[in-house]
Amino acid sequence: MNSSVLQHIGRFLILIILQVAILNNINFLGYINPQLYVLALLLYPFSGNRTTFLLVSFLLGLTIDMFCNSGGIHAAACLVLAYARPLVLRFSFGISYEYNTIRLSQVIFYERFLYISILVLIHHLVLFSLEVFNVSDILYILQKTLFTGVFTILLCLITNLLFKPSK
Amino acid sequence: MQQIINFLIRNKNFLLFVLLFGLSLVFTIQSHSYHRSRFVNSANFLSGGMYDAIGGVGDYFYLKTYNNALMEENARFRESIYLANAELDIDTDSTYTPFTSADSTKQFEFIPALVINNNYSKSSNYITIKAGKKDSVSGDMGVITSNGLVGVIDKTSNSYSTVLSVLNGNFTTSAQLKKSSHYGTISWGNRDPNLVTLKDIPSQAQLQVGDTIITSGRSAIFPKGIRIGQIADFQLDTSENYYTIQVRLFNDMTNLGYVYVIKNNDLEEIKTLETLSNEQ
Repeated sequence: MNSSVLQHIGRFLILIILQVAILNNINFLGYINPQLYVLALLLYPFSGNRTTFLLVSFLLGLTIDMFCNSGGIHAAACLVLAYARPLVLRFSFGISYEYNTIRLSQVIFYERFLYISILVLIHHLVLFSLEVFNVSDILYILQKTLFTGVFTILLCLITNLLFKPSK
Repeated sequence: MQQIINFLIRNKNFLLFVLLFGLSLVFTIQSHSYHRSRFVNSANFLSGGMYDAIGGVGDYFYLKTYNNALMEENARFRESIYLANAELDIDTDSTYTPFTSADSTKQFEFIPALVINNNYSKSSNYITIKAGKKDSVSGDMGVITSNGLVGVIDKTSNSYSTVLSVLNGNFTTSAQLKKSSHYGTISWGNRDPNLVTLKDIPSQAQLQVGDTIITSGRSAIFPKGIRIGQIADFQLDTSENYYTIQVRLFNDMTNLGYVYVIKNNDLEEIKTLETLSNEQ
């Protein structure tokens, strides 16, 4: 095993523990808990095998579900995120993604912001739709998606800035 | 044949996505219906053990609050012992002997347990406690604190259990007014962790804001007289036959430390009796 695989496994474990131990207990304004663990999926190597990526994201979501007693809502949301990621990558980074030369730490801020926010909002929309599981509460779902999404996006950007890989 | 295999290989990512998505939807739907077997829950060795370790840190900060709750409870017990003694003194003077058989006092046992994880901000909330099969906890037992109702045991592992909280759409139990015997059903309809809804109280009942609501003892899970909350607001439903009452819980569901699991020793007997009469 080379060191970058170990680095990714370590990041998954740290983010799961952080999410379960601290972030799920914040309850800011009553219900806002940032879902920082999606960062592990956002930072997954862009050139990696897509089938493996789908399986990994399903397992990550299921682990979080096990801790939250929430059935399979995180697994479903992570899966949609993983499936949509190539499309969002092409949309936000354009031509440089096609040539596999992209690194998240090197792109300009606007592109990074676009990439993170689209995927986080997709993830949250699926997550809260399945959690509430009632079409008549669509406004509540959207409200929860927006507010929690803003906090997750902020936290992802801050974490991304703080832990820049050294050159 | 060749074409089918080619098609499968070409679309393997999409098929995998559909398969796993279907699987997670099945898990989700199962978690929305009470009493289905759930494979994914936090009453297992890994997540239970981790919540246990994390909870240890949090408990340290709440020691003072827990202590105060225990002191209050102690005081209440002292009071009731005193009252019971006083009653017995009167009774020995008269010829009347109160009905207290040894069996009836042992119908309910209380098993103390520590809360290691607590949810209250989701639309269906669960609590994880550190007591499991080896402490003789099993499914469908009631859970209370010294202040009142908490929930019902859902899944158990060897040393951990998950509790279906009062703040869960699947939770219902029978409740009544303290001052009269009109009874109805408690459920959680709103998203406020302090309020539950009591339905089906007939319109003949005399209600006032501030009245106490207790469990009615009509289910085998909770004994009669466990405090639930106070009436915060009430109104007649559209047919004007029944009240819909908002009840403010005595328990602060956002801050739970120690809870008691209620074991009903007569449960088997009651259940066999009920199945017998259902068969006839």
